[in-house]
Amino acid sequence: MLRYFFIALGLFFVLLAAVAGFRGQKSGKPPIEIFPDMDHQPKVKAQVPSNFFADDRGNRLPVAGTVPIGYEAPVSKDNPFPDEGKYRMVRYASGTDYKNTGRFGDQWGTGFPLPVTAELLQRGQERYTIYCGVCHGASGGGNGVAGQYGLVAIASFHQDRLRVMADGEIYNTIAHGKNTMLGYGAKIPVDDRWAIVSYVRALQMAQTATINDVPADERAKLEMPPQP
Amino acid sequence: MANFFPKWANWLPLKLLVIAFVLGAVVTGGIWYYFTPKYTNVGYMPEQPAPFSHAIHVEQLGMDCRYCHSHVEVAAHSNVPDTQTCMACHSQIKATSPKLAAVRASWETGTPVEWVRIHKAPDYVYFNHAVHVNRGISCYSCHGQINEMPVVYQAEPLSMAWCLECHREPEKFLRPPSEIYNLNWRPASAQDQLAMGAQYKKEWNVNPPVGCGGCHR
Repeated sequence: MLRYFFIALGLFFVLLAAVAGFRGQKSGKPPIEIFPDMDHQPKVKAQVPSNFFADDRGNRLPVAGTVPIGYEAPVSKDNPFPDEGKYRMVRYASGTDYKNTGRFGDQWGTGFPLPVTAELLQRGQERYTIYCGVCHGASGGGNGVAGQYGLVAIASFHQDRLRVMADGEIYNTIAHGKNTMLGYGAKIPVDDRWAIVSYVRALQMAQTATINDVPADERAKLEMPPQP
Repeated sequence: MANFFPKWANWLPLKLLVIAFVLGAVVTGGIWYYFTPKYTNVGYMPEQPAPFSHAIHVEQLGMDCRYCHSHVEVAAHSNVPDTQTCMACHSQIKATSPKLAAVRASWETGTPVEWVRIHKAPDYVYFNHAVHVNRGISCYSCHGQINEMPVVYQAEPLSMAWCLECHREPEKFLRPPSEIYNLNWRPASAQDQLAMGAQYKKEWNVNPPVGCGGCHR
């Protein structure tokens, strides 16, 4: 009797493995929910559809003619914008002043509406590497990886037209794009756009810089082998 | 008087006991093995409206996670990119590829691409991406080697026990802030990880909540 029982049990295991499979097996089927108590609550969450609204979007589109005014988010200890304190306004656009538009009236402005510090440049370098380097290249020559895959007309920053371009126009290009470049305003907050402008200016200066532009006490660092 | 029970019946109670014990073990083992997110959720790999490959975009092109997931450092929710993010390149690169038909349709009509969500916490869990990535927890810790996945699947169970493994011993997982988005980074050794993790834990005052209110409200 026991023999038949163990044979039946063995067959059951084979059947179970065939039907239910093993842990970690790849499957396109939605996960089984064994105890779905309150897992799905009828509330609106980020980027989730909602049948409360006629168009089924949980996230609402901005009302025509309005701009989002931003929100506060905690910042890391190394916040490069120290005057904003512990909480930083994550602003994507607000207001019509030079800082938010790059313009004075209908003219492009030039100059930085926030203090240009080493921290700002470092922040600009980091943000540039994330968002801009893919097309414009690490040194701004327009030779980023996207060009190798068929993106055409990527601007190099090292041409006279862009060397003399107003800071405000570069800011506006980051926010709203230009020609075939789409805008990055939805990704890059206002302060970070200015940080990137400062780094673009640094890249441009670096192309024509001489050893005399390097402060004397920093020159020794140029002789050091590059850090990995 | 004749034997009322045949001889084999002597062993019957013991055999039934063995069967009951084995069946009990099978049921217990089956629940242990199958009634867990390690089985139900790990390996979930749905088909997406456009076959986006993290392997191509991150490993081959070297793009940063934040190019698309641009709000992960400042928001609780790590955003799936809008269609404009795709079109920044794909208006020119592979602009007629049938694989991108859903993205182009979204761009033309203004309706979002309906990406299938893979990693889900129950609605009573309030997970915050920003606090994790800004305090030494890499994407890798929860999403696995997602940078090498041609098709994304869930690599970790995301169960409460799994969360607590790290909340109780964060020093095993904390890494340098510069390596958060470098999913190929590994500590030199387990000892290095513990020493470095303990130092970050102290410096940053990392005290992950292990009480209910930390994640449930």
